Amino acid sequence: MFDLFIEQFPIVFKALNIGFLQTLKLFLVTLLGALPLGLIISFGSMSKFKPLSWLVNGIIWIVRGSPLMIQLLIIYYFPGMVFGHNIWGTGEAGRFLAASVAFIFNYACYFSEIYRGGIQGVPKGQTEAGQVLGLTKSQIFFKVTLLQMVKRIVPPMSNEIITLVKDTSLARIIALQEIIWAGQAFLKGSQGIAGAIWPLFFTGIYYLLFSGILTILFNKLEKKLSYFN
Amino acid sequence: MSALTVQHLHKSFGKHEVLKDISFTLEKGEVLAIIGSSGGGKTTLLRCLNFLETADRGQILVNDECIFDADNPAEKKQREADIRAARLHFGLVFQQFNLFPQYNVLKNVTLAPTLLGRGKPDEIEAHARELIERVGLTEKLDFYPCMLSGGQQQRVAIARALALSPDILCFDEPTSALDPELTGEVLHVIKGLKSGDSTMVVVTHEMEFARSVADKVIFMAKGVIEEMGTPEEVFGHPKSPILQGFLNKGNQF
Ligand SMILES: Nc1ncnc2c1ncn2[C@@H]1O[C@H](COP(=O)(O)OP(=O)(O)OP(=O)(O)O)[C@@H](O)[C@H]1O
Ligand SMILES: [Mg+2]
Repeated sequence: MFDLFIEQFPIVFKALNIGFLQTLKLFLVTLLGALPLGLIISFGSMSKFKPLSWLVNGIIWIVRGSPLMIQLLIIYYFPGMVFGHNIWGTGEAGRFLAASVAFIFNYACYFSEIYRGGIQGVPKGQTEAGQVLGLTKSQIFFKVTLLQMVKRIVPPMSNEIITLVKDTSLARIIALQEIIWAGQAFLKGSQGIAGAIWPLFFTGIYYLLFSGILTILFNKLEKKLSYFN
Repeated sequence: MSALTVQHLHKSFGKHEVLKDISFTLEKGEVLAIIGSSGGGKTTLLRCLNFLETADRGQILVNDECIFDADNPAEKKQREADIRAARLHFGLVFQQFNLFPQYNVLKNVTLAPTLLGRGKPDEIEAHARELIERVGLTEKLDFYPCMLSGGQQQRVAIARALALSPDILCFDEPTSALDPELTGEVLHVIKGLKSGDSTMVVVTHEMEFARSVADKVIFMAKGVIEEMGTPEEVFGHPKSPILQGFLNKGNQF
């Protein structure tokens, strides 16, 4: 029994690593896209031009109010039904592109609410104190309010980013070959191994390690910002 | 020459006229106390002087030079840079202090002079240390605002405002957010500034303080200057029935 495990382990390990790489890639691409897009969306949602803020807030409500899994399925399949062909391209690359778009858009909407809370959470008195001291708008933003916004944004943002680590597994629904897909493959039979459940359990360790490292990093950042309130 | 002249200032929020034809003058080195019941427009007046609000009508003159004229259409669209230059004639100490929480005491005081390029860094710092000593907080130079009491925070805020040497320093109820036992130290600091030649406008509910420190007292009610005069005139011989009522109400507590 143990011999079998020793024999299977390198094969599983290699397959899971490849799957994890895809998970990591989706995670990073989502962050890279959603962090700036979320900021833009938050400006839209706070716009003084009412039609724009209504529209943006409506979109945020829909995206945050419905399951990411449905959004993934719709974004992957719907264009194909309209245009009669798969706009995302074929194979793994196409699925990755569709998953990236769905994740970036979904997470940008969540991030936008966090940015908004951080921006609006800085008391108006801070800006006024800067104005009265004759500072320019950009001096007030960079020297007075920015760090206070960052301090307000970091805790909810770290929660959301750790949720993203786990949410990447949802891309499995459009058959993206991320780590869960790789683990599950051995259950069905892959590379001479079939009916093995342990690789699937083993994928959990990747997630735990990954989110554990992120938790430590975010805690450090929060501590760094804890000298003021 | 008067340090500050306010002429026919008006300010409305929507249909609500909060300042109705406010006019007064103040000589250099004088302290003006503004008293009045809640909602009378005292804060709004200080905010107009500091350009946090823009008056709808009227003029503001500092040292006989017009720095704001709402009635002159050419000046109505003042550029942001002009407003910044004009507001440097004034300093404002807020009721809620509004110190910058991420900076220590010294940096709170040096930030604006540094960003405005008011001298070499070591000169700015030396001046800031002097001011911090003047408000009695030399031991707290590297403390962050969250480590200070309300009274100490307000004293830092005063030093911060002084760092730009404004012509006129305004205080909006500087002790209202403080516990009663802390108001004394802040009022003491403000009193101490009087010996210098700072011209000050102090909105306050501390009648004893207004009486002992002010050269001139304005009583505001419902957006108008109901009564104006020396402390002796306003507190000793109030003419307006509203002021008489206001002063009596205070005495009951
Ligand atoms: N930004 C604003 N928008 C609308 N109304 C305002 C605004 N600021 C002040 N007001 C109104 O203007 C009136 C005067 O307010 P102000 O704060 O100047 O009074 P105050 O004399 O300072 O009162 P207090 O003693 O309570 O501080 C109040 O009725 C207030 O509701
Ligand atoms: Mg007020």
